[in-house]
Amino acid sequence: MAASGAGKVSVLLPTYNERENLPLVVWLLVRTFQESGNNFEIIIIDDGSPDGTQEIAEQLEKMYGSDKILLRPRPRKLGLGTAYIHGMKHATGNFIVIMDADLSHHVSLYFIKQKEGNFDIVSGTRYKGNGGVYGWDLKRKLISRGANFLTQVLLRPGASDLTGSFRLYRKEVLQKLMEKCVSKGYVFQMEMIVRARQLGYTIGEVPITFVDRVYGESKLGGNEIVSFLKGLLTLFATT
Amino acid sequence: LTAALSPQAAMTKLGQWLCGLALLGSAWAALALEPPGLHLPAPLRQALLPLPLYLLVAFGCYSLATVGYRLATFNDCEEAAAELQEHIRAARADLQQRGLRF
Repeated sequence: MAASGAGKVSVLLPTYNERENLPLVVWLLVRTFQESGNNFEIIIIDDGSPDGTQEIAEQLEKMYGSDKILLRPRPRKLGLGTAYIHGMKHATGNFIVIMDADLSHHVSLYFIKQKEGNFDIVSGTRYKGNGGVYGWDLKRKLISRGANFLTQVLLRPGASDLTGSFRLYRKEVLQKLMEKCVSKGYVFQMEMIVRARQLGYTIGEVPITFVDRVYGESKLGGNEIVSFLKGLLTLFATT
Repeated sequence: LTAALSPQAAMTKLGQWLCGLALLGSAWAALALEPPGLHLPAPLRQALLPLPLYLLVAFGCYSLATVGYRLATFNDCEEAAAELQEHIRAARADLQQRGLRF
């Protein structure tokens, strides 16, 4: 039987205005972990959401216990990278799962894959196997595939999906990567994989389904595309 | 020495591209631009001269074909979406029962 610390998962959930989604995501996570028997904790990092996300998080904490639901809020919107750093400080698991707190990511476990190859990182991919999307129009799919193609040509990252954000990391691997990565937004997720390859970490991939945001608004627009290209070129020139 | 032995680690992708282009570019220039002392058969030189342009166009076609193919085979996950809706229903019902005030 494994020691109590072995195989504990810390899920980091940075939230901003996720009042509708948060209870559903937490419920799904709890159920998945209970079914698989993993020891887990969910760390909710709310950046001062005005819609009452923190209040609902407190209800969830009472419901599931403060050993399972950890509230580590911040006063205002401070960015995803720092949210992960903040969350990791309080994480007691030896694996860290990073996922969007919206319902874009189907909640499922990557431990089977991780054990399969003893990977340092397991990344979800929309582009391989039976991974995919739902609710995307042709334009969005084209932009996604085009951007990914450009990324593959320029960076040769060895992973098929760089901008997805459903990943499992060994804790020490994530800590090392957070030290080295400097980008923001989408590009930050990409930089993590690129640096991981440089540092020789192993990356396993699992097909995931990306269902269009059930609640809330999607964050893809002209600005995002421009900043993606800028970020891609920066990574191209610096890694 | 370690830099030479592990070019991946030491050089940026941009650096690799520039090196590669410089290498290929100088080889092409050496062979195709009629340097004195090197006598290649005329047809070979005629083929070499527009080669960079041909390669660029070929790469462009390859890119279009690849992105087009990947776009066409981008999976639409109907089942997953339906399953998710089911999960959401179950979650809301259970949470309400447990006293969550939405």
